[in-house]
Amino acid sequence: MNNLVILPIIFPFVIGAVLILLTKHHKLQRIVSGISALVLLAISIYLAVVVYQDGLIVLELGNWPAPFGIVMVADLLSTLMVLLSTLVSTVCLFFAFKTISPEREKFYFYPLYFFLLIGVNGAFLTGDLFNLFVFFEVMLIASYALIVHGGTSYQLRESFKYVIINVFASALFIVAIAWTYSITGTLNMAHLAERVAELEQSGVLNVVAILFLIVFAMKGALFPLYFWLPRSYYGPPAAIAALFGGLLTKVGIYAIIRTFTLIFNHDPGYTHKGIIVTIAGFTMLFGVLGAVSQFDFKRILSYHIISQVGYMVMGLGIFTPLAVAGAIYYIAHHMIVKTALFLFAGVAQRVTGTTDLKQMGGLLKTHPVLAWMFFITAISLAGIPPLSGFFSKFPIILAGFEEAQYVISGVALLVGLLTLFSMMKIFSYAFWGEQKHTEEQARLPIGKLLLPIAPLVALTIILGFAAEPMFVYSLEVAEQIMDPSIYIESVLKE
Amino acid sequence: MRQKQIKSNDVMLQIFARILILIIITFSIYLLLAGHNNPGGGFIGGLMTASALLIMYLAFDMKTITKAIPINFTTMIGAGLLLAVGTGIVTMLFGYPFLTQFFDYFHLPILGEAELTTALPFDLGVYFVVVGSALTIILTIAEDDK
Repeated sequence: MNNLVILPIIFPFVIGAVLILLTKHHKLQRIVSGISALVLLAISIYLAVVVYQDGLIVLELGNWPAPFGIVMVADLLSTLMVLLSTLVSTVCLFFAFKTISPEREKFYFYPLYFFLLIGVNGAFLTGDLFNLFVFFEVMLIASYALIVHGGTSYQLRESFKYVIINVFASALFIVAIAWTYSITGTLNMAHLAERVAELEQSGVLNVVAILFLIVFAMKGALFPLYFWLPRSYYGPPAAIAALFGGLLTKVGIYAIIRTFTLIFNHDPGYTHKGIIVTIAGFTMLFGVLGAVSQFDFKRILSYHIISQVGYMVMGLGIFTPLAVAGAIYYIAHHMIVKTALFLFAGVAQRVTGTTDLKQMGGLLKTHPVLAWMFFITAISLAGIPPLSGFFSKFPIILAGFEEAQYVISGVALLVGLLTLFSMMKIFSYAFWGEQKHTEEQARLPIGKLLLPIAPLVALTIILGFAAEPMFVYSLEVAEQIMDPSIYIESVLKE
Repeated sequence: MRQKQIKSNDVMLQIFARILILIIITFSIYLLLAGHNNPGGGFIGGLMTASALLIMYLAFDMKTITKAIPINFTTMIGAGLLLAVGTGIVTMLFGYPFLTQFFDYFHLPILGEAELTTALPFDLGVYFVVVGSALTIILTIAEDDK
């Protein structure tokens, strides 16, 4: 049934509303949210399978035909993103059960968590530009509350900047939407794509396209609009930071991929190969330079988000099926690995009580399982062959050389090296060397904390060893989004 | 010599508040119900009700009000959200897309011929959320100095 498309949005909505009513009951809140996170995961897997087998599903909300009402569209890309986001959020939720303090739990942590998911899933599934804005706001308002949750002075200061930059970006988003509407007279993405194609994306439409790129770059932390990210992700507790690191920037990247493959795809020489590739190069380079210069576990990981977002955008910028498939594989790989790494940072902080690398050491001896799991994920992030990181970087760089984009491909290779360097810096400072934490801390059991992360580590290994089916899948996704006529025809039913 | 505390007398305010609140709440419910064919709807109706309740909080002290209206406003937000999404889910159960609207004409005992739509419970949900969140914001700030 078509209503399946909307389930990943209204299910967390209902659960979030119910959890508001249950704030006084601790245990019940945990049970309800835990079970519903698993149910949501099952729904999104089912949705992905159905879309893979039967093709694109369109739901016209309120039974209004396509350009007039709001449509929800589930194609291969959006179902993959929904699947990944629910996976990541389920893992973070189970990690939060063990780590989040009861004072935080009392103040609507779980409702906000599910509201964040409404926004993220909605942004992935919507087929309407203004609806995309609304879901962005749902996600952002929940993230404002989660990022300041707990109210330490650091969090208050950094979340203020986060809110200001995002309110500004949202205002710019509205301006861009208004401008698009005044040119084309529609907000439905498929209809918009059709009309932009009729106008051949001339003159002012290119300006609008760049305005959208600026807006989504602010949300997705691209150069030069990434400055808010490293500091604001440092403040909140590990479970929330991991959720943000895994999810939020990728919503911006998804929006860039969606708009620049579906709507603004008629002047790729200027928008894609010119601007997006340049931005991607700077993003990768500056992100990884930031990571190399830092001496803090969480900060290094935050800067890595920036450099890796650059890879995804680079894949889009090169704009061949191989490169876009690589970008999609990269998103899948990155969401899994980055969440795992942030959670490992949380576990290490639990043991040693700090995230400063110079005050850590010797975790390998006292907590070997943590150390080796971290090691696997870290080299996967850097792109060492048998793991998923390699198979996501390889097609992007290969496509770069095929398209004679030598500079950007060289930058991508250099950034891979620097990523490996900074991950090994973490490993050698925090895990190698002399033990700097006390004996009491050394005996701290962390098995229960590692349990929710284990599926992510397993997935990065599986995605590496079983790269072929996954890559065939992302090639199919890439072919589908590179040919927008399928999307347009199934939405407008011509 | 100790300064004598001036005892304030709010008789005027309190008497007028009683009349005003009645009028404002009536008007806000009118706005809520008129939203389908005239300007109005859940959002403005909810704000009007919130402002009526706010006058009550200004005229009387906190304790009396919490005794008179024993509602937890955050619970009200949750209930409103459930009501609004519930109208969408009910249509899903009958096999229509989410949030499909239905309407029909009924003959009601006193009001006569009336058009009833499923948009009304949705508006009512919006109304509850607006009243709940407006009062939560104001009362949280007001009670901050404790």
